[in-house]
Amino acid sequence: MADERTLEAVRYLGYGRHAVDERTLALVADSFKELESCARLKSVYRIFECHFPEHGRIMIGTMNIASKNLAKNLLGCRETAVFGATLGAEVDFLLKKYSLTDMAKAVVLQACAAAYLEEYCDEIQDKLAKEKAKEGQWLRPRFSPGYGDFDIHHQQEVLRMLDAPKKIGLTMTERYMLTPTKSVTAVIGISREKADCHRKGCEECDKTDCKYRRNERDGAV
Amino acid sequence: MSIKERLGRELLFFDGGMGTLLQAEGLKAGELPEVWNLEFPDRIEKIHRQYYEAGSDIVLANTFGANACKFHHDKYLPEDAVRAALDAARTAQKKAAKGRETYVALDIGPTGKLLKPMGDLAFEDAYEAFVREVRCGQRYGADLIHIETMSDTYEVKAAVLAAKENADLPVFVTMIFDEKGKLLTGGDVPSVVALLEGLKVDAIGINCGLGPRQMLPILKEMRKYTSLPVIVKPNAGLPRQRGGETYYDVGPTEFAETMSEIVESGANIIGGCCGTTPEHIRHMVEICRNLNMLPPEEKQDTIVSSYGQAVILAEKPLIIGERINPTGKKRFKEALKSHDMDYILREGITQQDKGAHILDVNVGLPDIDEAAMMQDVVQELQSVTSLPLQIDTVDAKAMEAAMRIYNGKPMLNSVSGKQESMDRVFPLVQKYGGVVVGLTLNEQGIPADAKTRIAIAGKIIEEAARYGIPKKDIVIDVLTMTVSSEKDGARVTLEALKGVRERYKVRTVLGVSNISFGLPRRPVINSHFYTMALQSGLTAGIINPSSEEMMQAYHAYNALMGYDENCVSYIERYAAAPQMEGKEKTSVIGAGSGMTLSYAIERGLKEEAHRIARELVKEKEPLDIIQSDLIPALNIVGEGFEKGTIFLPQLLMSADAAKIAFAVIKDVLTVSGKEETKKEKIILATVKGDIHDIGKNIVRVLLENYGFEVIDLGKDVEPEVIVNQAVKENIRLVGLSALMTTTVASMEETIRILRETKPDCKVMVGGAVLNQEYADRIGADFYGKDAMQSVRYAQELLL
Repeated sequence: MADERTLEAVRYLGYGRHAVDERTLALVADSFKELESCARLKSVYRIFECHFPEHGRIMIGTMNIASKNLAKNLLGCRETAVFGATLGAEVDFLLKKYSLTDMAKAVVLQACAAAYLEEYCDEIQDKLAKEKAKEGQWLRPRFSPGYGDFDIHHQQEVLRMLDAPKKIGLTMTERYMLTPTKSVTAVIGISREKADCHRKGCEECDKTDCKYRRNERDGAV
Repeated sequence: MSIKERLGRELLFFDGGMGTLLQAEGLKAGELPEVWNLEFPDRIEKIHRQYYEAGSDIVLANTFGANACKFHHDKYLPEDAVRAALDAARTAQKKAAKGRETYVALDIGPTGKLLKPMGDLAFEDAYEAFVREVRCGQRYGADLIHIETMSDTYEVKAAVLAAKENADLPVFVTMIFDEKGKLLTGGDVPSVVALLEGLKVDAIGINCGLGPRQMLPILKEMRKYTSLPVIVKPNAGLPRQRGGETYYDVGPTEFAETMSEIVESGANIIGGCCGTTPEHIRHMVEICRNLNMLPPEEKQDTIVSSYGQAVILAEKPLIIGERINPTGKKRFKEALKSHDMDYILREGITQQDKGAHILDVNVGLPDIDEAAMMQDVVQELQSVTSLPLQIDTVDAKAMEAAMRIYNGKPMLNSVSGKQESMDRVFPLVQKYGGVVVGLTLNEQGIPADAKTRIAIAGKIIEEAARYGIPKKDIVIDVLTMTVSSEKDGARVTLEALKGVRERYKVRTVLGVSNISFGLPRRPVINSHFYTMALQSGLTAGIINPSSEEMMQAYHAYNALMGYDENCVSYIERYAAAPQMEGKEKTSVIGAGSGMTLSYAIERGLKEEAHRIARELVKEKEPLDIIQSDLIPALNIVGEGFEKGTIFLPQLLMSADAAKIAFAVIKDVLTVSGKEETKKEKIILATVKGDIHDIGKNIVRVLLENYGFEVIDLGKDVEPEVIVNQAVKENIRLVGLSALMTTTVASMEETIRILRETKPDCKVMVGGAVLNQEYADRIGADFYGKDAMQSVRYAQELLL
């Protein structure tokens, strides 16, 4: 049975429930090894008060967001952690290098980097969850600008609220794409109620025919 | 007294944190602090005043984010913010620092954007944003320019050039390092020192990111390499979180005590960053004022650097890869003419993998714009390799173009003892920094004897000194002559090599392979001459690292001379070698005993595909191999992918294997003078604003497999570039990729212009955010859900 991040990586590669061939698994293992040495994991979060001035509208600090999906996700929260994380620019260099010399490796590395980043975000979030649990508070799943109707244009405010370029070297392009590319921003609701929700949001998505959708783990890999 | 006169002679004090104090006054997270210069100048002035009163010699005006990339406001321009900031600092100075010589610095922080190629900010645009800030600083009376909190060497270079070219003020630079002594972009301490000393800044150092304790080891490393005064401006400890707020927990007394250790370890200018207050500075000044400061010391290391690392030319020999050079290489010339960047980049990557430490870059061809080409190649190479580059050209324009955009301190090839050459090259080295190769030839040509060559080396070193270029930035090339035409050629070269080493104690380079022109089995002569040259004092041979003989000579020399501790590298390289040879033999037999080319491709076995293809071309017509072996195998894999029994990595492994087999066949066709069948051209591009290109790259690999010629325009491509290329090449199919909704607009724009300008050209689109409906809405002819669908559409349309 492969470990969780390997399962996650092969899911991104589109294998679904299919068995994964040995050579791809070897590429996956190599890729994680390379990531261990070249990724420069950095993260930052800050906690802001949040409130809901009207239906489908959320204020997080001074950020004014119209989003029904996010409002649903944050229902019952008085605070949110605004969060950013990145694997750093060297992973992008490595991806470019393999795009020139070994496209299969580039594609696998790309998937592994995504899984590696998720794993890292989970770690940070778990740590925060433990701290908050002491205060009798619970965390909601991460929700990123660009998910559902949470407008991607909030990326700019999120980065500014975190001072992310200076703190962790996380910036965005004119078209609101994060750079380095293997990066995440998100808001994480904090509430006194333990909402029944998954740590990850994939199963929550409306797009049920997505070939990358997470399946029940049935040992197919 | 001017600050330059005091610098390095006495300990100087900066101020402390600004942001923390502004937040205490009510500045919100996400608000632009520089707006306060205009709206609450009294609050800004008060903070400055407190720092002058605490004993700061230099106060940073509140201009950290006042650059055009970061400062966007509906009422004010960055210039307004800079002027008001300097006014506030001057007023504070007048009130609070009477009777002592103090200074106001223009504070330049980062743009908050990542530069190309990793981000979307062009180097020249970053430069322009800094220019506006610098000009303003000069105009409104700053005493110096302090560039700080930088984490990217490329951005720092843009800022320093802006400062140097648009003001005549002293320039200080500090960067953020992490606890491992690395920048966020991967650079290390010596690489930063090399770059900034090359650019002739006045003081360098460390700020932000760490507390004083954590900065100590980085300071010590910096002192080891730099000849400049060193600045240390720590945070008040490492950032901690409480109730979601960041705070720093090193108080004024503890801060001041550690700062005294920092002075004793060699800092020349000290201050504080995030979390430090006037109280921290007051304690620091009190404790440190009477300490002995260690003045800067001249260092003698010869260092070149890239964005990610420094390479020091020392006793252990290094390898400069010679392969990025069109001389005598038909395929390389072709690549230059057709702007086939990928081919050139692969030459770079291969040499890195084979063990090169520095890459020589020569792109000189009679009919190309060398300056533009040099700039492109350098720009691209520094996004796939962290090896320092050696810019190799006789064209001064090309040399300057490359030096300007090079992310580090380059090696330069070359200057000679001719006056005209020195007049041309040394001013460039003086301005941009670099380690320059000095060729021992002059107006009379290459001297036949060693003595005269040694004398020319001396003249080069002397002339460089007149530009303030130290001897450590000159490496001497005593020139390799062809031994088949000059019987004493090798002897004289070796004698000269020994001579310059002994006489001037400089590092040396040599283009080794010249020795064997006109002789059979050149690697035999080359590798032996290489060993002899190393023994005579060669620091860096310019060689082909893919030549096994040369690498054997290199590794044997290091093992024998004690440069390879416990022979670790040698053992690592050669201990397994005999078994490998054996294995190779068995698999050749294995290949003979039944593995077919189709099988190798279906399984994605690259080495096997290569070997079998090489066997096959001996007995079968090249075109026959394509028809009966290659294409059927690709079809099986492609159909498997479409049916969902084969997945993307496997599809691509097969594609890579097929590509290698195609290359073997292409070589045979080229040698036999036969033309390949003419291929249909397709343009691929990731649209303007989009920097994710993996999807496009997948499509490219597959289209090439299926016999199309792909013109890959890269990522973040302007609509006009795509359209012009389509018109110029009379293209019938363009493939566009976009990842997000924010960039689909560029896709739509590109399609619109393409329709107007070249209506007969079809457009296929793909990318994560797209679907059929979306594709229809923006007017695409075809939406490819995956790479194979794009191939099928291209086949249907064009074949």
